[in-house]
Amino acid sequence: MTREERFEPDIIGFLCNWCSYAGADLAGVSRFQYPPNVRIIRVMCSARVDPIIVLEAFTRGLDGVMVLGCHLGDCHYMTGNYYTETRIKTTREVLKDAGLSPERLLIDWVSAAEGERFAALVKEFTERVRKLGPLGDETDLELQQLRTRLIAAKATLAQERLRWLVGRERELVEHENVFGEKVSQEEFDQLMLQTIEKEFAKRRILLSMGEDALSVREIAQRVEASPGDVLRNMITLERDGFVSVVGIEGSSPMYRRAGR
Amino acid sequence: MKEVRVGVFICHCGTNIGGFLDVPGLVKYALNLPYVVFVQDNKYTCSESGLTEIKNAIAEERLNRVVVASCTPRTHEPLFKSTCKDAGLNPYLFQFVNIRDQCSWVHMQERERATEKAKALIGMGVARAALLEPLEETAVEVNPCALVLGGGITGMTCALSLANRGFDVKLVEKEDQMGGTLNRLYKLYPTGEEASKLVRAKIKEIEKNPKIEVFTTSEVEEVEGFVGNYDVTIRRGEKKRILSVGVIIVATGAETLKPVGMYGYDGENVITQLELEQMLKKGRISAESVVMIQCVGSRDEKRVYCSKVCCPTALKNAILIKEANQDAQVFVLYRDMVAQGTTYEDYYAEARETGITFVKYSPERQPVVQNRSVRVYDELLGEEIILPFDLVVLSPPMVARRDSANLAQKLKVPVDEYGFFLEAHVKLRPVDFATDGIYVCGCAHWPTNVSESVFQAYGAASRASIPMSVGHVKTEPSISVVDEDECSGCGLCEMTCPFNAIRVEETEKGRKAKVIAASCKGCGACGAGCPQQAITMRHFTDEQLLAQVIPLAEAI
Repeated sequence: MTREERFEPDIIGFLCNWCSYAGADLAGVSRFQYPPNVRIIRVMCSARVDPIIVLEAFTRGLDGVMVLGCHLGDCHYMTGNYYTETRIKTTREVLKDAGLSPERLLIDWVSAAEGERFAALVKEFTERVRKLGPLGDETDLELQQLRTRLIAAKATLAQERLRWLVGRERELVEHENVFGEKVSQEEFDQLMLQTIEKEFAKRRILLSMGEDALSVREIAQRVEASPGDVLRNMITLERDGFVSVVGIEGSSPMYRRAGR
Repeated sequence: MKEVRVGVFICHCGTNIGGFLDVPGLVKYALNLPYVVFVQDNKYTCSESGLTEIKNAIAEERLNRVVVASCTPRTHEPLFKSTCKDAGLNPYLFQFVNIRDQCSWVHMQERERATEKAKALIGMGVARAALLEPLEETAVEVNPCALVLGGGITGMTCALSLANRGFDVKLVEKEDQMGGTLNRLYKLYPTGEEASKLVRAKIKEIEKNPKIEVFTTSEVEEVEGFVGNYDVTIRRGEKKRILSVGVIIVATGAETLKPVGMYGYDGENVITQLELEQMLKKGRISAESVVMIQCVGSRDEKRVYCSKVCCPTALKNAILIKEANQDAQVFVLYRDMVAQGTTYEDYYAEARETGITFVKYSPERQPVVQNRSVRVYDELLGEEIILPFDLVVLSPPMVARRDSANLAQKLKVPVDEYGFFLEAHVKLRPVDFATDGIYVCGCAHWPTNVSESVFQAYGAASRASIPMSVGHVKTEPSISVVDEDECSGCGLCEMTCPFNAIRVEETEKGRKAKVIAASCKGCGACGAGCPQQAITMRHFTDEQLLAQVIPLAEAI
């Protein structure tokens, strides 16, 4: 492949001020060369990186996102990067549901002394994303389909229950509750995966409905899911006030998005 | 809204940037960016003439945003910020773009692509700059009064050190008298000084000092506020009292594990080193054969740590027994003797010379205390020996006070897995908590001997006097702000924040999170996790970050 034909991914890197940004500076001072595909955005702590912003980046067509923080235990803000870890881990799972390779989202740690490591990470990640190709290349989805899925993924990560669960991981896994019970990491991960799957399915349904009054069967067609699964989701969506029943057609209820 | 007028200054940095990027090309590019009204390149933007040009342009071109594309904010942001300030522009309207460390220096062989990247970086910087908002620093006054919790040797030393610097000190002690653990000790190693003498001297000093007010038989009930302005409610019996202080020092010490159910502990024939101290103090020691057992309840599965003071204590007490009765037989059963530093090594040598016998045992074959003898497998001898005894003395470790977790909760500071208070950083901030204005010293933090406790007391006093001497703490304006209408009061932010800078409070609108400006460090962890997305991180808002993500990316 010639240089002209080579795909050059557009990558954004969120770097924390105290460790990884300083590591990138050190790479500069040391003149470690790396590919110019990554544009850096400085944040004070990697924990500032809201999963919604990561999804926003993909929705806008970026090919890869790097989130780099201090090494665990070295965070300038004590525990920030632990939250980053959970949030990005969750975001990667949501990306999978949306049909994207989670490999497009990198989380790693770079200290202020690791200029060489920073350069190596950028090189490695750029190559990885280059291999994956332009956003969506790894799926059979049409661009428009991918876009709707990404918007659903963003809505999933904005969802209250999921965000609450993400924020509680450390507490739930590391500490006992008032009844002396502790959640194991496996149990928590399982619960998280289930929640992501459910919420993603629900967000997709809502997005697919638009302003139309639809039967379960019609919705099922739009989101390519089984009517049984859709019905279960419709019941909780109605309970939570996201949709309302606007009529009955035959024996099947017709749903419309609630005005909230 | 006032018209946004961005000025962009592009630095050649000699040849560091100019030699690798097409700077005239960058200037041309920047001129066409939205909001940009002025672009200039400088040989060195950070030079006196470069800075003057920024100031002039702010005045002449009525710039209300300044973007400098040069090196790294980590070295030069303060300089450019203060230049803006001098020219009457709020320094938070300044935006840095790093085209040297993260562009010209790292893509030296790719002039064209590096220039394209630099354009993108400048575009990102301008996009963010347009959304920046002026922010004001504020200062919070610090009440020059310290609260010291604990009236042991650590707390007393700390209180005296602070009072001698001219600060008012409130000293709160749980017991009815000061002295703490030292009241239960006889002589101190390695000097042989009497503990009671040291305590009496300290108490006298404190009583003489008009700056120190002592509250005995008192405990902390509630803690409110933040650095500079804490309101601490203490309770004495039924009476409550609120102490207003600027800083808090935790010097509450530790307790010694009571080895109930271990080695036949009965408090009479099988006692602890602490109980032995009392007997020695009263001169009531008649035992002819004494067996001491080290590491009782420490360095095991439940408590992995070494309590560190028990070995020197055993050495000291063994020597005291020998001094009182030359014919007494003293055996010390140990796993590893901890006698670090030259002083304690000499001490150990002295103990051996005195005729004290040391027997090494392994945790797999622990000594067994029988009716009148101890059976132990001597690891060095390679066989089991039987030692008849009149008295067995056990060395259990120091453990965290039972109420330390409770106090930690009130202060909102962390404890480690054993319940000892946990400092902000083991090497960089060894006597600070992550929460500003609260400090820790002595055994509350970890088992320490008297001299280490005193070091730490001085250390904590020194750290605590910094905000009090300065008289105020500056509050960084780039902090979190809560949208009360969106906040559901769930408390996740309060749980996330390691600085206690955000708390859910009862308001007219119900339970709502409130940011304590003086405590917020501006990391943004709370906002990025808020289930309601009700928290905005000033100076790093979603919009400002997104503006940087998007300028180049084409929506799919």
